[in-house]
Amino acid sequence: MRKLSSFDLGLALCGGLVLLFVIAPLAGMVLHTSPAALRETVADGEVLRSIRLTLLASVAGTAAFAIIAVPFAWVLARRQFWGKGLLLGIIDLPVVIPHSTAGIALLCVLSRDSMVGRVAERLGFSFIGHPVGIAIAMAFVSLPFLIGAAREGFGAVPVRLEKTALTLGASPLRVFFTVSLPLARRSILSGLVMMFARGLSEFGAVIIVAYHPMVAPILIYERFTAFGLATARGAAVVFLAVSLVVFVALRLLAGRGRHVDD
Amino acid sequence: MLTIDGLSCRLGGFAISGVSFSVAAGDYFVLLGESGAGKTVILELITGLITPEAGRILWDGTDLTQQPIQRRNLGLVYQDHALFPHLTVRQNIGYALPRSEGGCIAELAERVGAQALLDRRPATLSLGEAQRVALARTLARRPRVLLLDEPLASLDVQARTGIRSLLRRLHKQGQTLIHVTHDYEEAVALASRVAVLEQGRIVQIGTPDEIFHRPRSRFVSEFVGIRNFFRGQIVREPGQAELVTAAGVRFALAGEAASGTGCIVFESLAVTVHTSRPDGSARNVFAGTIRDIEPVPQGVELAIDVGETVFALITRTSLEQMGLACGARVWVSFKSTAVRFIPDGDTP
Repeated sequence: MRKLSSFDLGLALCGGLVLLFVIAPLAGMVLHTSPAALRETVADGEVLRSIRLTLLASVAGTAAFAIIAVPFAWVLARRQFWGKGLLLGIIDLPVVIPHSTAGIALLCVLSRDSMVGRVAERLGFSFIGHPVGIAIAMAFVSLPFLIGAAREGFGAVPVRLEKTALTLGASPLRVFFTVSLPLARRSILSGLVMMFARGLSEFGAVIIVAYHPMVAPILIYERFTAFGLATARGAAVVFLAVSLVVFVALRLLAGRGRHVDD
Repeated sequence: MLTIDGLSCRLGGFAISGVSFSVAAGDYFVLLGESGAGKTVILELITGLITPEAGRILWDGTDLTQQPIQRRNLGLVYQDHALFPHLTVRQNIGYALPRSEGGCIAELAERVGAQALLDRRPATLSLGEAQRVALARTLARRPRVLLLDEPLASLDVQARTGIRSLLRRLHKQGQTLIHVTHDYEEAVALASRVAVLEQGRIVQIGTPDEIFHRPRSRFVSEFVGIRNFFRGQIVREPGQAELVTAAGVRFALAGEAASGTGCIVFESLAVTVHTSRPDGSARNVFAGTIRDIEPVPQGVELAIDVGETVFALITRTSLEQMGLACGARVWVSFKSTAVRFIPDGDTP
């Protein structure tokens, strides 16, 4: 075996420190939580309801916005038009603004004083404090992840394949569904997973639009401020476990597409 | 009849200017041009993948210029084949077919010799196999015209012979083809008509005979390179093969591998001119009459009638020393190893 140089050792040290930085706090939190406290949290209906709400709201937000965001990502990948750079900047805006700001901005659009809010109210419904409002807040801050990944995926599909499909008599719509979409699938799936995961963890925007019903990050925060660290830790560990299981499962599912493409 | 009328477009620093030609039903039209002369762009303009700035595309008098790509029914096969990597060969060939015609897939595969490949993925195919599949996929729609972008360029010699013979067979079956290439050999071997493209502009259109034997400009003459090409039937003689042309002239080839019909090509530089019958080892020795003397940058080119017109390139000094003029009787000789045979590849 080749002898390790001091450079290699330095690199290994950097890697180790980064890993430690990510894992240590999480591991510390898990190890500090007693099995009894965990059992208690798992049995707590409020925690489970909140986790279920978080998962469902993020899935719903991701799915609903994917329907319009994925075709739009194709346009961004394929078409050149005036002001495209500006448009791309606007799309990434939710990532760079503070999420509480995003929440306030959404509130302005969705509250009972706004036009959208008034229309919703007339239909006997309010976005504020409603799972739909939560899903919208989650989607608002996480949509750029999906659009970015899908745009990159479509960009990597050779234009010639789409052109060839057109010369074979396929309509542009058929080309999109039979050529562009399947070939960009891997990136789109990965973008969906990222968008979903980002929505799951959203706190700032959601708390402003809907404190109740409580999503998991808000529940954890509420328990921390009301009862202290020990109580919050139980809920935090359970939410961490659920998030990890879902995230890893989705990653594996998205990764399986790879073999089909190659 | 496909008519291209004054097609123009600019792309970056590159322009196609006023390209016009027509291709009759059943023609094998070869567009010959250097790389970067705009050959692929012309195909994309015809199919509608690029919108022209000026000009029209007509099929039997109907204007296709404004029609959407998918309704033109002009089949395009790219040089890199552009097979859909996520579909099997069967699904690729069936892409253009309505579900009710799924049964045609095997028939199409058989037509191009790809019947054994149906369950494979494009990534596992050789270049020649991929070319066959791409042809079958395009033929599935029964295109009015089959447009081929450098169909033989990336293939090895063996695959090239196979695809060449397949293209000739399609032509014989009545398929109209437009084939773009930078290789004059393909024009010699396949074309019923040839157009030469120079910097986005067509400089000469004609039969292969007109283009190669009567190039209208220096560019055409230099680009097509070879002046001596003859079509004929191979006759085996003990120890060698000979190609017999329609005029009955027999050219000797090196080796015995050649068979069937095909073309031979040899450079005018390889042809030596003598004032009396030469001695020596050259297998090809003919007596003939000088029909034309044309100055070219490297010297002078003599067109000598030996039953077929053979072109010889000699220096001005040689011309003067031998005192040659039009109408003079001379002998020409060249080695059989200088002669290259391009088989039609058809099974006899």
